[in-house]
Amino acid sequence: MTQIELRGVQKFFGAVQVIKDLNLKIDDNEFIVLLGQSGCGKTTTLRAIAGLETIDGGDVLIDGKPVQHLKAADRDIAMVFQSFSLYPHMSVYENIAFPLRAMRKSRAEIDGEVRSVAKVLQINDLLGKKPSALSGGDMQRVAIGRALVRRPKAMLMDEPIGALDAKLREEMRAEIKRLHIKQGSTTIYVTHDQIEAMSLADRIVIMHEGVLQQVGSPSEVYKHPANLFVAQFVGSPVMNVANAAVTMNGSGARVTVNGAAEGFLFPAELVGQLDAASAGQDRLALGIRPEGVMVSREPADGYLPVEAHIIEPLGSYDIVDLKVGTQMLRARTRSGFVGKAGVQVFARLDPAQAHFFDTASGNSLGVRL
Amino acid sequence: MAAVTTSAERSLNKLAIVGVLIVTIIFLAPIYWIASTAFKPRNLATTIPPTVVFQPEISPFVKLFTKRSQLRTAPTPEQYAAAPWWERLVFDGGEKVVRSGRGEVQWSGYPSRFMNSLIVAITSTILAVGMGTFTAYGFSRFKIKGEQDLLFFILSTRMLPPVVVAIPMFLMYRAVGLNDTHWGLIILYTAFNLSFSVWLMKGFMDEIPKEYEEAALVDGYTRMEAFFKIVLPEAATGIAATAVFCFITAWNEYAFALIMTNRRAQTAPPFIPSQVGSGLPDWTVIAAGTFLFLLPVAIFTFLLRNHLLRGMSFGAIRK
Repeated sequence: MTQIELRGVQKFFGAVQVIKDLNLKIDDNEFIVLLGQSGCGKTTTLRAIAGLETIDGGDVLIDGKPVQHLKAADRDIAMVFQSFSLYPHMSVYENIAFPLRAMRKSRAEIDGEVRSVAKVLQINDLLGKKPSALSGGDMQRVAIGRALVRRPKAMLMDEPIGALDAKLREEMRAEIKRLHIKQGSTTIYVTHDQIEAMSLADRIVIMHEGVLQQVGSPSEVYKHPANLFVAQFVGSPVMNVANAAVTMNGSGARVTVNGAAEGFLFPAELVGQLDAASAGQDRLALGIRPEGVMVSREPADGYLPVEAHIIEPLGSYDIVDLKVGTQMLRARTRSGFVGKAGVQVFARLDPAQAHFFDTASGNSLGVRL
Repeated sequence: MAAVTTSAERSLNKLAIVGVLIVTIIFLAPIYWIASTAFKPRNLATTIPPTVVFQPEISPFVKLFTKRSQLRTAPTPEQYAAAPWWERLVFDGGEKVVRSGRGEVQWSGYPSRFMNSLIVAITSTILAVGMGTFTAYGFSRFKIKGEQDLLFFILSTRMLPPVVVAIPMFLMYRAVGLNDTHWGLIILYTAFNLSFSVWLMKGFMDEIPKEYEEAALVDGYTRMEAFFKIVLPEAATGIAATAVFCFITAWNEYAFALIMTNRRAQTAPPFIPSQVGSGLPDWTVIAAGTFLFLLPVAIFTFLLRNHLLRGMSFGAIRK
């Protein structure tokens, strides 16, 4: 049972504040992913939990006890580094045994535990080798083995597969997930790769410039981004964002993006919800993911004529850039759906997938249709 | 290597090889000359033109290690027959081995000077490299106020030609009783080498990724344990290289050894040439002394050659 809690954590590097009043509670057995661009403070947060970085304010609690004054060695936490940090002068066996030796365990105990971890990770036949003789994937397995072997209270992983090539990364991602399900330990994982975050996390913590932006399950973060940063950081291709104006028109609302002649049709509740959120007309942004932009080849009710600009065939689907007013909206279509660039097609926005943001604060207005 | 070479490139390569050979010969010639003179009979040491082909002898080494005096009268055949083989070699050279009243052979000054050189060079190397390694680790890993200034200060101790301070040093040493002592030279050589050792080791320490220690810290070790178990083995190459340079500097140092020592703690460098002036110079003995003097550095460098050549971090960190 390990819970980790951050309460009002502050961290400065000189005059630069890299963590700003961070509050986060991580439950037992939870797989948490800290997601953000480089320099957002995610790695510093991880290192602060590990005890490799001091904090300038707030508390780090493990199982309810403040640990910010404890040394890394006394926190009973394991860490996997992006560089793997296997000790080059030791064999794989010695690398994995190293944390156990710190615990002054007997030779037989160490041997038993090293071999059982090696079995779980399928690296039994590598035990005699030096790290320099291993492939990237195997190095990473050994690094994970070294972290797992003493059954720490929590596992911290700092971009553990960032240094691997794309194919291996996918394999390793699956393996980390399998291991987590099997071993079930509280895990905090840092990455800048949102696909990694989505596929691994129980909950994703998105950070930007030292400030926590949103915490939630992958689908929550994807479907209901708390602000423009999260909306544009999570999801690939990126969510379309356009300044928009909302007008009432008969029985429905019309959402007109920058410079467009006509507006997309939305349910009338939109106006009420925007009013409730006290949204200002002049600082309203519409966000919609490419899969929320419906495309038709024939005119249909509620569809507006638009011009297909660029088509990116991605195999299982295409991304089509549609010119709406002065704005490009990217739509996701069946592959080959739009024949060629330059043709006229018809588009509509799915109100259920539309998001509205206040451009001044960047925050979501919480509109749900 | 390029798969295809033009004939111009090939002839350029040959030219380069010839150049390397010439330079190598120029550098090795004095060493060859010392080594060959060390095994020459005395009368062939100074011939013109130089003697290249000769029957090698061990007598220069026997003379090097024994105290000798001029023979006034030739030994009687009985004396000659009773003498051990090495003493006969000295008789053959027109000298005799000095013996004590009880007939014990008297050693020359060389063995004790050689031992002094070993003691002083090894101890000062251990001290300079040891302190340098710790200091460099500190500079490499921790934020230190005025780090650049301190490092420059350490380096600046090498900017003065050491001989400039020889007289004040001598007076200071005499005042505290450090002249003609092993510790006197050890302190001096350690101080010489320390700045060099700090700077060289700093470079090597910076090369060792700090994640290694951080991994050890998280794995339950103290910083001291991490230093000894992880950093030191990783720094072995750098330590070896630094040790070789420090050892060579201390081993070869002449000026201070000449000024600061005269008997008890005198090292080999001032002793060897001092033998020139006593009686007629015996160049074979001087060559033998020099030849033996070259060996420790050669052996030390040879033993550490793998560390000197091997790359720093070979493989386990992905960058």
